[in-house]
Amino acid sequence: MVRNQTWGAKLGEASILILMLLVSLMSLAPVLHTISVSFSSNAAAAGGLVKFWPVGFNIESYRKIIEEPHFINSFLVSVKRVLLGGGINFVLTVLMAYPLSRSAKEFPRRNLYMWFMLFTMLFSGGIIPLYLTVKALGMFNSIWALVLPGAVPVFNVILLMNFFRNMPKELTEAGYIDGAGPWYMLLRIFLPLSLPSLATVTLFSVVGHWNAFFDGMIFMRSAEYYPLQTYIQQLVVQLNVSEIDSTQQEILAKISDKTLNAAKIVVSMVPILVIYPFLQKYFIHGIMLGSVKE
Amino acid sequence: MNIRSYHKHYHLMLIPGVILLIIFHVVPMFGIAIAFQDFRIGRGITGSEWIGLENFQYLFQIHDSWTILYNTVYISVWKIAAHLVIPLVFAVLLNEVRIMAVKRWIQTVVYLPHFLSWVILAGVLIDMLSLTGIVNTFLKGMGVKPIMFLTSNSWFPAIIVGSDIWKEFGFAAIVYLAALAGINPALYEAAEMDGAGRIKQLWYITLPSLLPTTVLLATLSIGNILNAGFDQIFNMYNPVVYQSADIIDTYVYRVGLVQAQYGFAAAVGLLKSAIGFILIVISYRIAYKYAHYRIF
Repeated sequence: MVRNQTWGAKLGEASILILMLLVSLMSLAPVLHTISVSFSSNAAAAGGLVKFWPVGFNIESYRKIIEEPHFINSFLVSVKRVLLGGGINFVLTVLMAYPLSRSAKEFPRRNLYMWFMLFTMLFSGGIIPLYLTVKALGMFNSIWALVLPGAVPVFNVILLMNFFRNMPKELTEAGYIDGAGPWYMLLRIFLPLSLPSLATVTLFSVVGHWNAFFDGMIFMRSAEYYPLQTYIQQLVVQLNVSEIDSTQQEILAKISDKTLNAAKIVVSMVPILVIYPFLQKYFIHGIMLGSVKE
Repeated sequence: MNIRSYHKHYHLMLIPGVILLIIFHVVPMFGIAIAFQDFRIGRGITGSEWIGLENFQYLFQIHDSWTILYNTVYISVWKIAAHLVIPLVFAVLLNEVRIMAVKRWIQTVVYLPHFLSWVILAGVLIDMLSLTGIVNTFLKGMGVKPIMFLTSNSWFPAIIVGSDIWKEFGFAAIVYLAALAGINPALYEAAEMDGAGRIKQLWYITLPSLLPTTVLLATLSIGNILNAGFDQIFNMYNPVVYQSADIIDTYVYRVGLVQAQYGFAAAVGLLKSAIGFILIVISYRIAYKYAHYRIF
C-alpha cells in the first residue's frame, strides 16, 4: 500500500512523527521537571534555574524525607490502604461479577441484584450524608473509613461481568457436565481465563486507592492517620495555594523547601510508575472490552 | 446435576457486596433528609428541626448560586468540547505513525498522566505556573511580563481546561484508536485504487468511521455536565479565584464541611444529584436509541 511514496508523502509522515514525539515529550515534561527539581540544590530550585536537568545535583532532599517520620508514616498508611482496599475490591469484584454474568434463565434473581447495583451507581446521598454515616459508625481515624465506603467498585464489577458474559457458553456447559460447582467454575476456569480484565480492574482500584486524598482529609482527624496523598495535599498543595499576593509568594518561595516538596511528590509517584508498565499491556484491551460494545 | 442448587451459592457470592453497598450507599441516602432540616449535628436527624424547602429557597435567592452554576457548566462544556476533539486529532495522527516501536512508546508516555493524582499534578503545576516557576522564566526570557496564572480570574478557567486536557487526552484517545483499528482495510485499498490520496482517504473514510464513536462520547458526556472536576479544582484553586473557579462540588464542600452548614450544603448536593440523574438517564436513552449503547 505504501510502496511508491512521493517526497511530499514522506515529508508529511516525517512531520507527523516529529509532532507526535513532541506531544509525548510534553506529557513527560512536568514529571521530568519535578524530578530535576528534587535532585537540585535548594537555591537553584528557588531561583527558578532548574528546567529539565538537575542544577547542583544532590540527594539531600531524599535524605531529609527519610528523617521525616510523618512522611514515612503516611507512605505506610497508603501502602496498607492499597493492599487492604485493593484486596477487598478484588475479591468483591470477582464474587459479584460471576453470578451477575449468569443469564437470567440460569439465575433468575440476577435482574434484581442488577437493578440494585444500578440504583447505587446512579443515586448517591452526596458527601455530607456519607460523612455523617461514617461518623455514626465511629470509623473516623480508622483505615476502614478509607477502605469500606468504596469496597464495591460498581464500575469494575460491570466491566468484569461483561467480560465473563462473553466467555463461550460451551465452557460452562462442559463444566456442568463434568460436575463443576459455581465456586470451582469461578476459581479454576473463569479466573485464569480473565487475566486481561482482572489486570485492568486491579490497576483501576489500586491506582484509585493510591491517589485518593479527599476521604483521608475528611475522615482522618489527626495527621498521623493521613494517607500519603492527603499528607501531600495538606503540606505541599494547600500551603502553595493559600499564598495570595505576589510579594508574599516570593518570600515564601525563598524560604519554602522546594526541593523537599518535589522529592515528596516524586516518591509518591514511584509506586504508580512501577506497576504501570506491567499492567499497561493489559488495560487497553480490558478497557475496550468494557467501554465500547456493539 | 441440578443447576437450581447453584442459586444459593450465587446469593452467597453477592451478599457481602450487597451488605456493604447498603451500609455505604443506601443508608446515607436517608441522610438526604437533612436537606429539609435546620440540621444541628448534636441533635442528629431525628432531633433537628424540619424547615421544609427553606434551604432550597435560600439557594435560589443568593447570588452565589448563579455564579457557581455558571462556572460549573462553563468549565465542563469547555472540557467536554476539548475532550471530543483533541483526543480524536491525536488518535488520527498517531495512527499515521508507521514505526511500531515509536508508536508504542508514544502511547505509553501519553497515558501516564492519567494515572497520577490531581494532588500530585497540582503540586507540580502550581510550582511550574508560579511567578518564579519554569513557565514564567521562559516568558521572561522571551520578554513577556510574568503572568499570575493561578490568581487571575481571567486565566484560571483556561488553566483548568488546559491542564485537564493535558492529563487526559492520551487516555481518552484509546477509544478512538480502537475505532480506528476496527476500520476495514479493504476500504482504504479500494479508495487507493480509485485514486484517492491520503487526505481524501482521511476525509472520506477515517473521519466518517470515527463519527459514531464521537457522537456516542458526546451523548454520554451530557450526563456529566455538572461534574466539572472536584479533585482538580479543589487542589488548584484559592480564595482569589473562587469567583471564576468555584463549582458545585467545591462549594458544597466549603459550605457544608468547612462552615458546617450541613442542611444547606445537602440541599445543594441533592439538587445537583437530581439534575445529574435526569441528565444521565436522558443521555443513556439517546445513546441506546441511536448508538445501541448499553452498559450491560
